[in-house]
Amino acid sequence: MILVSVGTQLPFDRLIRAIDDIAPKLDEEIVAQIGVTAYRPSNVTFHKTLAPIAYEDLVKQARVLVSHAGIGTILGAQKHKKPIVIFPRQAQFGEHRNDHQLATCRQLRHYKGVYVAETEAMLLETLQRGDLEPLTSSSAPDRRDGLIRFLRDFIDA
Amino acid sequence: MKRILAISSSGGHWEQLMLLRDSFSTHEVVYVNTLQGLAERNGIDDAYVVPDCNRNTPLQSLSSAWKIFRIILKHRPDVIISTGAAPGIIAIFIGRFFGARTIWIDSVANSEKLSLSGKLAGYVAHLQLTQWEHLSHNGGPRFAGAVL
Repeated sequence: MILVSVGTQLPFDRLIRAIDDIAPKLDEEIVAQIGVTAYRPSNVTFHKTLAPIAYEDLVKQARVLVSHAGIGTILGAQKHKKPIVIFPRQAQFGEHRNDHQLATCRQLRHYKGVYVAETEAMLLETLQRGDLEPLTSSSAPDRRDGLIRFLRDFIDA
Repeated sequence: MKRILAISSSGGHWEQLMLLRDSFSTHEVVYVNTLQGLAERNGIDDAYVVPDCNRNTPLQSLSSAWKIFRIILKHRPDVIISTGAAPGIIAIFIGRFFGARTIWIDSVANSEKLSLSGKLAGYVAHLQLTQWEHLSHNGGPRFAGAVL
């Protein structure tokens, strides 16, 4: 199953429309959380918003996640060791206040398990691959432990 | 044992706060976020929910600030920690009047420049952290690690 999420705060018509367009070419169930997106897909199962626990259950079941380049979904993929395809929101299309999601893509595109798609064609090509690797925490634990230790020392002082 | 107020918006901000929980979970923690049902997913049953807001939603910001003020007044936290966004910086600002030590951790999403709230945190928070080493500098945000 392919799980698509665009977060709950902003619409993302371009991604939901792209997924809807390529769905017939993919022989796989697709579930999307479309949030406040106006476009209603006809080829995929969609929910406006899912309760957090229901959403996490779907993450566990998914083969691959597709999302805007939001940190929440990326950390969710890492937690459940899933590959994630990120499709950045762009300010030029009015999809976010600025282009920090493009910056996130530039920073994370070298992480194992993170795949960047900026067009519908790239999205289709990536989702048709059978060799997607999971995003794991293997590159991050030292950085994370360091931050936790630093915060603990500051709080306990 | 200290009283901690841990506050963030829903989505990525909250996920980051949860990943940093080990740094303060031995204390007495009051959680605040902006989405009903979110904290329950992390096994937290008594979190407060306040309206999410940003610079484009002034009325909601006021409503959120009022609720945050009431929570701080009631719990008198020793430390306020936030991973963003606007409700977090509001809590840090209010918390300063109550003598709390305040910590801002700018979201890992801000990899090329700090968020607006993150910049404000440089003026109001006791500790201002970025999760990207290249954004840290003397007299500015410090880098001590990252969740990703």
